[in-house]
Amino acid sequence: MRVELNGEAIRTQATTLSGLIEERNLPAASVATAVNGDFVPRTLRDGTALSDGMRIEILSPMQGG
Amino acid sequence: MFYGVTPVSRLFLGTAQYPSPAVLADAISASGSEIITVSLRREGAGGAHFRDLLQASGCRILPNTAGCHSAREAITTARMAREVFGTNWVKLEVIGHADTLQPDPFALVEAARELCADGFEVFPYTTEDLIVGEKLVEAGCQVLMPWGSPIGSGQGLRHEDALCSMRAHFPDIPLVIDAGIGAPSQAARAMEMGFDAVLLNTAVAKAGDPVAMARAFAGAVESGKLAHEAGLMGRRDMAVASTPIFGMAALT
Repeated sequence: MRVELNGEAIRTQATTLSGLIEERNLPAASVATAVNGDFVPRTLRDGTALSDGMRIEILSPMQGG
Repeated sequence: MFYGVTPVSRLFLGTAQYPSPAVLADAISASGSEIITVSLRREGAGGAHFRDLLQASGCRILPNTAGCHSAREAITTARMAREVFGTNWVKLEVIGHADTLQPDPFALVEAARELCADGFEVFPYTTEDLIVGEKLVEAGCQVLMPWGSPIGSGQGLRHEDALCSMRAHFPDIPLVIDAGIGAPSQAARAMEMGFDAVLLNTAVAKAGDPVAMARAFAGAVESGKLAHEAGLMGRRDMAVASTPIFGMAALT
């Protein structure tokens, strides 16, 4: 499946948002997720199925002013 | 004071643009700040180290929505930040103009209303406009953060008279000067005027010696606060001798 992750077109074997986080080796407990511009809480990641062309953001704490 | 939190230090510090994580950690410590701002970004190098640094600082985290140009983006970012940082606090920025980084007051009020209704404790980055301030308070904000001048410009308090009016207009709302502070004297001035805190980043991060500058700002903010509490003398147009005339010798 092809999705857009953090602005980059990628291919993934994952079928859910949690699966994608695992596949990319991201720290599930310290990232936040959004799909097509809407926040997806941690508890809904398992139940969020990926589909072609989905825009996914996975964000982490960073420096800010 | 700030949603039930009354920090001893009235300096809020940003965490961006420091020459190294070690300098950032030392600057936070030297500043005495108890509240630091952070952001959410696509994971880059050093993410895990930064999370450890935040935890080690012991500071309360104020996540921002920096870079958002619409209410929707800012609301989504705030919700993501709430989950990651485990706080209802959010420094709400909705930018209206790329060059000035001036807030978009219409989108700001819209986002503030939705976030306050959703249980957030919103610190809105706004201008000194009184009506926008009132709309933000109506929306549920219990703190306002007017800019001193454009973010990162170091111009200090560009509209000092208007900021004085704002202070007088909102006597019971905690007001934080956010953005544009370039020098400790400017931060001291804001505190002398009765503002409750100063939030800054670039002036410390981009100083020749950020740790020393953090210490300088800590002193300035504390001095300004003390001066305000002590009560500043009024200005006069003409001189008034401080040494008494009474008892002066006749030497002519």
